Amino acid sequence: MNGLRNPALRVAILIGSLALWEAAVRALRVPAFILPPPSQVGAALYRGAVSGIYLQHLWITLAETLLGFALGSAVAFLVGTALAVSRRTEYFLYPFIVMFQSMPKVALAPLVVIWFGLGLTSKVVSAALIAFFPLLVNTIVGLRSADEDRVDLMRSLAASELQIFRMLRLPSALPFIMAGLEVAMVFSLVGAIVAEFVGAEAGLGMLIQSRNFSMDVAGEFAILFILAVMGLLLNTALVSVRRRVLFWDPSQKSEANAASLKGGL
Amino acid sequence: MARAADVISVKGLRKEYGTPRGTVLALDRIDFTVGEGEFVAIVGPSGCGKSTLLKILAGLLPATGGEVRLRSVSITGPRRDIGVVFQSPVLFPWRTVLDNVLLPVDVQRLGREDNRSRALDLLALVGLHGFEHRYPWELSGGMQQRVAITRGLIHNPAMLLMDEPFGALDALTREGLNLELQRIWLERRETVVFITHSIAEAVFLADRVLIMTPRPGHIAEEVPVAIPRPRPLDVMAAPEFGGIVRRIRAHFSAKGGIEA
Repeated sequence: MNGLRNPALRVAILIGSLALWEAAVRALRVPAFILPPPSQVGAALYRGAVSGIYLQHLWITLAETLLGFALGSAVAFLVGTALAVSRRTEYFLYPFIVMFQSMPKVALAPLVVIWFGLGLTSKVVSAALIAFFPLLVNTIVGLRSADEDRVDLMRSLAASELQIFRMLRLPSALPFIMAGLEVAMVFSLVGAIVAEFVGAEAGLGMLIQSRNFSMDVAGEFAILFILAVMGLLLNTALVSVRRRVLFWDPSQKSEANAASLKGGL
Repeated sequence: MARAADVISVKGLRKEYGTPRGTVLALDRIDFTVGEGEFVAIVGPSGCGKSTLLKILAGLLPATGGEVRLRSVSITGPRRDIGVVFQSPVLFPWRTVLDNVLLPVDVQRLGREDNRSRALDLLALVGLHGFEHRYPWELSGGMQQRVAITRGLIHNPAMLLMDEPFGALDALTREGLNLELQRIWLERRETVVFITHSIAEAVFLADRVLIMTPRPGHIAEEVPVAIPRPRPLDVMAAPEFGGIVRRIRAHFSAKGGIEA
């Protein structure tokens, strides 16, 4: 039984489903503004790629996503660390955080656009807001996950709290932090696109919306495809970083965590 | 029976725990001393307070009453001159074997370069030559515990505390490591406090066995082990060994002991 690893079969299934989709749309005469056949999506993809329009907007959305990811993750890591190491900080900040967490962050996007304008900043802020929570929670849990025996060992050596943090708590938190980063990356893309929907001058999200107005559904599908590939590549990049950083973590729990969390949005 | 060269002296040690249902007396009237270069084993059943005692000796827990002195200085918190080996190896998986051994050196800023060759020598002493650059998860349980012992010795502690260090290993590995520990001890003559629930292990390794009875934890008797070293494994079949083991076991057998 080597059926589990069969690249040829994988490709065949993909082509088969595309062919089925094409045939079904043609046979049932589904109008292209409801569901375009893959051939039209492919044509739209090709036209846009040749004209350079996708690339131009893709860079913008990518920049928004990465900057938002960096901002949201950095703040989440710092706040998470403060909450994890200081009960006092936790006591004063946690109620606000719980309140903020229970609010759907995408609902803030219109406000963010009013505050930060139609340009890049509002998209970065929106992406950062959505990316913030998964990493915040994972940082807190991770920093508190250090094995008690290891903490005792460090204490028995008369290690300072800072040394315990640097040599033990931080490395112990890394599997959680990496899992949080993977979710944060996917969420950043969501945040950037949502803010583009609300109001933007450029970006793939804006392009989707303008095509929606002109009923260019095949064009929308082409952009969805690009976004999917972009999300996949961003995630792959993080996974390869994680493999390198967490070479010592034999449990691939972080992978399972990330996967289950990502289903949330 | 305080001697001039006592490394550890424990007097009237008492430990209470506060629980929701009132205070529990974990340790009561513990008195003992450990001399320079002496190997003392503390043997007792689970829950007799052995680990609590060790944590107090390591400065990880405060005592409720009485005093513990290490080289005549009262232990009030963690100290730099104590080495601890726990029941599990407690290695850091992101550090290589050598880096794990050098952890105390890093924490206490003793100079990595100065201690590197010492670490390599110690690793060779415990039979881990050639494994310096491996990671803990590439090693067997017995090998991991040897790394932990090496780490416990690297900063030249005044005493080595061992809390059931071989308790989680299979019987054969355990016997091998007992021999190994004896060999290391004969070479270095560390002052060791070794906690175990195996009477045979205690008698095999120690100069003196302290018998600890539970509720509250108390030293019921001190039994000297006058068997010459090096002790081979089959010393366990010798009559004098059996006699000492029986004497210790009497404290723990159902009604024959002096419990309460």
